[in-house]
Amino acid sequence: MTSGVTKRIKVGMASCGIAAGAEAVYRRLSQLASTVGLEVSPVGCIGLCYKEPLVEVEGPDGSYTYGDVNEALAERIFQEHVLGGKPLLEKVVTSSLEGVGSEARVLAKQFRVVLRNCGRINPERIEDYLERDGYKALEKALKEMTPEQVIDEISRSGLRGRGGAGFPTGTKWRFARQSPGSEKYMICNADEGDPGAFMDRSVLEGDPHSVIEGMTIGAYAIGASHGYIYCRAEYPLAIKRLQVALEQARSKGFLGDDILGTGFSFDITIKEGAGAFVCGEETALMASIEGKRGMPRPRPPFPAQRGLWGKPTNINNVETLANVPWILLNGAEAFASMGTERSKGTKVFALAGKINNPGLIEVPMGISLREVIMEVGGGIRGGKAFKAVQLGGPSGGCVVDLDIPVDYESITSTGAIMGSGGMIVMDEDTCIIDTAKFFLSFTQRESCGKCPYCRIGTKRMLEILTRISEGEAKLEDLEKLEELAHLVKDGSLCGLGQTAPNPVLTTLRYFRDEYLAHVVEKRCPARVCSKLLTYSIDESKCIGCTRCAKACPVGAISGELKKRHVIDQDRCVKCGECYRVCPVDAVTVR
Amino acid sequence: MSVSGQELESFIEELSDKYKGKKGVAIPLLEDVQRRFGYIPQDLLEGVSKRLRIPRAELFGVATFYAMFRLKPEGKYVIRLCRGTACHIMGSEAIGKRLESHLGVKEGDTTEDGLFTLQYVACLGCCSLAPVMMVGEDVHGKLTPEKAVKVVESYRSGGAKS
Repeated sequence: MTSGVTKRIKVGMASCGIAAGAEAVYRRLSQLASTVGLEVSPVGCIGLCYKEPLVEVEGPDGSYTYGDVNEALAERIFQEHVLGGKPLLEKVVTSSLEGVGSEARVLAKQFRVVLRNCGRINPERIEDYLERDGYKALEKALKEMTPEQVIDEISRSGLRGRGGAGFPTGTKWRFARQSPGSEKYMICNADEGDPGAFMDRSVLEGDPHSVIEGMTIGAYAIGASHGYIYCRAEYPLAIKRLQVALEQARSKGFLGDDILGTGFSFDITIKEGAGAFVCGEETALMASIEGKRGMPRPRPPFPAQRGLWGKPTNINNVETLANVPWILLNGAEAFASMGTERSKGTKVFALAGKINNPGLIEVPMGISLREVIMEVGGGIRGGKAFKAVQLGGPSGGCVVDLDIPVDYESITSTGAIMGSGGMIVMDEDTCIIDTAKFFLSFTQRESCGKCPYCRIGTKRMLEILTRISEGEAKLEDLEKLEELAHLVKDGSLCGLGQTAPNPVLTTLRYFRDEYLAHVVEKRCPARVCSKLLTYSIDESKCIGCTRCAKACPVGAISGELKKRHVIDQDRCVKCGECYRVCPVDAVTVR
Repeated sequence: MSVSGQELESFIEELSDKYKGKKGVAIPLLEDVQRRFGYIPQDLLEGVSKRLRIPRAELFGVATFYAMFRLKPEGKYVIRLCRGTACHIMGSEAIGKRLESHLGVKEGDTTEDGLFTLQYVACLGCCSLAPVMMVGEDVHGKLTPEKAVKVVESYRSGGAKS
């Protein structure tokens, strides 16, 4: 055949790619490719989520990734590039060739450790993983290193827990190793509950073997013979790919009895989370695996002393574990050479919100938030002004200083936390009170109810925030809100309650003016809090097209065709539909 | 869906064979129940509790603790509107209000004709497509209130994908 025979075609088939229509593209390309004896590989997240569906063509002259691919473009790519040998350069978003592709700058500041295989390999083929040095780190650990040496290597790398708190992984493993007991458990926390984060899902969907390998190495280090992956049931594709990967790993001898003939035995069971944010907390997670309500308990005893079923247990997050094989293969020094004094390696972020290039990114620690948002993220959508960025989801806080480096301690100093990697960018049209209310209503709903401060305190805080957003609050409410926030932090047992007030405290710290505008002036500067808004129609602009009257769900707008329309303020429910549908921007909102 | 007494009896028998005497079975047991009936019928809990000697409060406690378990049957199409952070900032609240008024149900409820159940979910993890909702297994992104209504209506008229 033509030059096409040596090419490899990949289609991004993570959840978000599929949501954007990747399946039809994959089917069409597979059909076409089969006519010339080629195969199309479904791969995980490539990271440029805003350009999905993505198709990559890899050949001897380099690799080219196309964005916004539909069936028609897929056909052109196949005819002109795969068969004809001529890349459609104007449609290329990134390439292995320097400077080629419209999105090349998005990848320029990134470095991929955790995501090293995501989008590169077919996650359902272990052969692809093996081709990229998969399970070599496990072999090295089992055959050339003692468990203590593995722990030393991880300690020297400076790897810290990527779930949010940043506890040194090597130290955690050492505690579990030293804990007496012949039966121990290794758990992977894949209960990614932060609304607005999808790092772990992407890793599990795009490269499940790296997590399984990291977990098996950890199990060897601490002396565990059984492991659990606790994964959200809301991630069906991740669970399916994990199941496939576990089966393949067993059949190749990387899991099960006598792994690689070394006498070490370890196996993994998947436990589906049933939908409770608090189960991301380690003691609650273990209670849930034991079939109970996922409620946290006091520590000590720590899981390393008495964990699952009362046995010593070690719990690591997905991203933490995906780093482990890379560190063993490339050395602790290579990992520690990236980052800052106390935060080493890279961090994966799910970048979303009012930003031009939402997506999954991995950057070296120490990079500034400005570089992440303005360069990697392509800046604020629609040329609007940056307002704040929310780190760490409902447990985190907003950061306004863009020159803060991505580093555990620096971010903590702002009142936010590194968190698991959710990074939501807000612009001038985002109301800060509405955002704080959103997070608090989430944590209030997800509070397990064990500690009164968390159970009742967050509820009272939410009531105050609601009053503020409806223009019914008094100045003393702000004091009460702040006082309650500190009480909830101090009076709660687990991370959920201890961090739930963070979004309120950070917004009070950086945006007190906006709180005052709501409380004193009864005004929402970002024009979001609907109770404080008044919609009206500008007489000089209205063309009488009747669209607003048709869109109004309560029939509050009257007016004849081609004549000026009027909103009945008594009936208006302030839904904003008229504002959205008006073709000439005649609806004003104050 | 109504369940006959005989069907319940034989199912409880099945559960008993599978779980009797084992520890920590509440979650997998309830999952089995939900898989079978699409929800957890409360009168079934009583039978299971007696048969397996698990306190009814424990079963009910677990069933109401986790978001996944439902005590009411679902409609033919389940609409899962994402209420994650990215979707919130991109306007999912207005979409929720519009769907509630369009379908005439509140969050968590099912339309009278049994066609649609409206649910708000924490995060579907497709943040770059925000605001997002799922109808059945299909994901629809970059929604506006009008677009969301159109998507829902396309299912009413035979479940066509948009």
